[in-house]
Formats: sequence, C-alpha cells, structure tokens
Amino acid sequence: MDLTNGLLEQKVCLVTGTNRGIGQKIAERFAEEGSIVYANARQKDCLEEWAFGFNEKVSGNIIPIYFDITNSEEIKQAMMRLKKEQGRMDVLVNNAGIISNSPLGMIAKDSVRNMFEVNVFGLLDLTQYVVTKFMIKQKSGSVINIASITGVEGSKGQIAYSASKGAVISLTKSMAQELAIHNIRINAVAPGMVDTGRIKVTLKKEYCDNVPPIGMGRLGRSEEIADACLYFAQDTSGYTTGQVLVVSGGYDTQSRTLYNINFD
Amino acid sequence: MCNLEKYDEIFVDVFSIEEKNLNENIVRGAVKDWDSLGHVKLITTIEDVFNIMFDTEDILEFDSYDKGKEILKKYNITV
Repeated sequence: MDLTNGLLEQKVCLVTGTNRGIGQKIAERFAEEGSIVYANARQKDCLEEWAFGFNEKVSGNIIPIYFDITNSEEIKQAMMRLKKEQGRMDVLVNNAGIISNSPLGMIAKDSVRNMFEVNVFGLLDLTQYVVTKFMIKQKSGSVINIASITGVEGSKGQIAYSASKGAVISLTKSMAQELAIHNIRINAVAPGMVDTGRIKVTLKKEYCDNVPPIGMGRLGRSEEIADACLYFAQDTSGYTTGQVLVVSGGYDTQSRTLYNINFD
Repeated sequence: MCNLEKYDEIFVDVFSIEEKNLNENIVRGAVKDWDSLGHVKLITTIEDVFNIMFDTEDILEFDSYDKGKEILKKYNITV
C-alpha cells in the first residue's frame, strides 16, 4: 500500500549529511512525498548506489551533491549548480553534524572547535547562502535545523556537543524572527536517542549498567525524525516558525525511573 | 547592452534612482532603499544579470556604486 501523499510534490529540497542515519531517512521520506531532493555528503560518489536504487521506488528524485559544509568555496559551487539546475530552493535541512563526548577536564579545544565548525559555523554559512540566493527572492522557504535534546536539556558528559546544539537552537529562533517578514520559516527538530550506529556506541559507553529514562521504553527511529522534518517542510506548517520540536519518546532527564529498553 | 549599462540599470531598478544621478555619492546608508533587504535584492540581481555568485566577504564589502564596480573586477567583469 502506498502511504505517501505527494506532500512535497515539485518542491526542491537540500538535505545535508545524507551518507547515513537520520539524514538518509529524511532524504528518502522527502523523495517519497514527491520532492526533488539534493542529498549532500562530503565524500565523492558515496551516495550514488543508494540514491539511484531508491529512485526506482519513489515518485520523487534523489540527486547526490557533494560538498563540505565547512568550505565556503564548495558551498558556493554547489549553489551555482542548484541555481542552474533548479533556480529555486524550497526546503533546507541542516542535518550534517559531528559529535564528540568528553567529561569536563578532558575536553580538547580542537575537538570543540571541529564540532562548532561543522555543527554551527558550517550550518550558518550554508543557510546564509540558501536564504539569500534563493529564499528571499522567492519570498518563501523552510529551513529545518537538526538540533538535539541535549541542546535543550543539557547532558552529562556532552558539554561541548550540547553547547553546539544549544547554539543551533538559538540561531534557529533568531533567524526565524529576522526572516519571518520574508515568509521564510526556520524551525528545529531536536531528537532524543535515536537508533543509529552512533548512539549504540554512546549507550554502551555511557549507560553500561543503566538505561536512559525514555518514557516509551525504546530508542527512536530515524524515520520518526524524518516525519517531524516532513511536518516543517510542507505547507501545512506555513504559520509555524522559530519552534523546536523535541522528538524523544518522552525522554525525561529528571526521571529516576529505570525503563526496560531493548538496545538490539 | 554593455556591462556599465547593465550595472546602471540594476541600480535604477532596485533603488529607483535616476541614471543621471549614479555617481560616487551612491553609498549604502545614503540611499533610501539600500537597507538589508535592498542589499540582498541588489546582490541577487547583479548575480543573475552577470551570472556570478559573490563570496560572502564581497557582499559585506559592497557598500557603494563605485565599490561594486571594483568588486566585479574580481569576477572578471569590467564595468
């Protein structure tokens, strides 16, 4: 049964960090809804097999586009290509990000710098290009920043990472205020613990004998984060801007309850 | 149409300035509509007309009619 509704029919979208996990699911979900999705990754040719295989199954189209979001020149070249091929950009999902966890006293400045370089500065640079080159002129657009619940609630052992995601949330709110007049919406999705390879490593390291306090008793799925992004991407959220949608299955940092969670 | 005519036409259209008044006194802050939105409009129109994409630094430095001509040279466009 086809559950898609063409919610993003003919919309042109750019999703960063699509070589795995959440970014890949967002690109797939958007393509299922009929959009033309430019899927970004840094490493050349790493998306071809996935993208072309997936395109056979859906009404939309995933097109790989390779650039490093920390490199302004590469962003510029990508923008020129998008301008030439589509002439518009309706949705930008800033998903690319890196994570490095260390407790206070063991935080290396270089690692913090790298994280901010990608999670904050790269995001800001790319958004500036997309907004000024396409969206202001169109008088429309939706930018979705992937933050994290750690940016909202804080997290033990994730001081630098949560600070970078906190910055993403702040810039989301400020951009929303600045760009509302141009009918450009800026929102953030803040995932809790999502079942990706990356989180499994963290969980094993951080929660060896304990389990995180997730009310629903399970990790989130990448598809569920993609669905939250779909809400912000489509026109039915046309009056929503500056919001942070936490998608965490009822993750409660104050809870003392231990839940039975299946990590497999 | 030569590059100078194209360049002038952009200023005339975006800021509603008469062509005869285009000179070194056309600077950001002194022109009524050259606010942040006007600046974006100016930059994107120039990019479209000359088929280029400015670096962010150049967008920030573009603060006058004359400076714009100077910046365009970096993109191999002589006005």
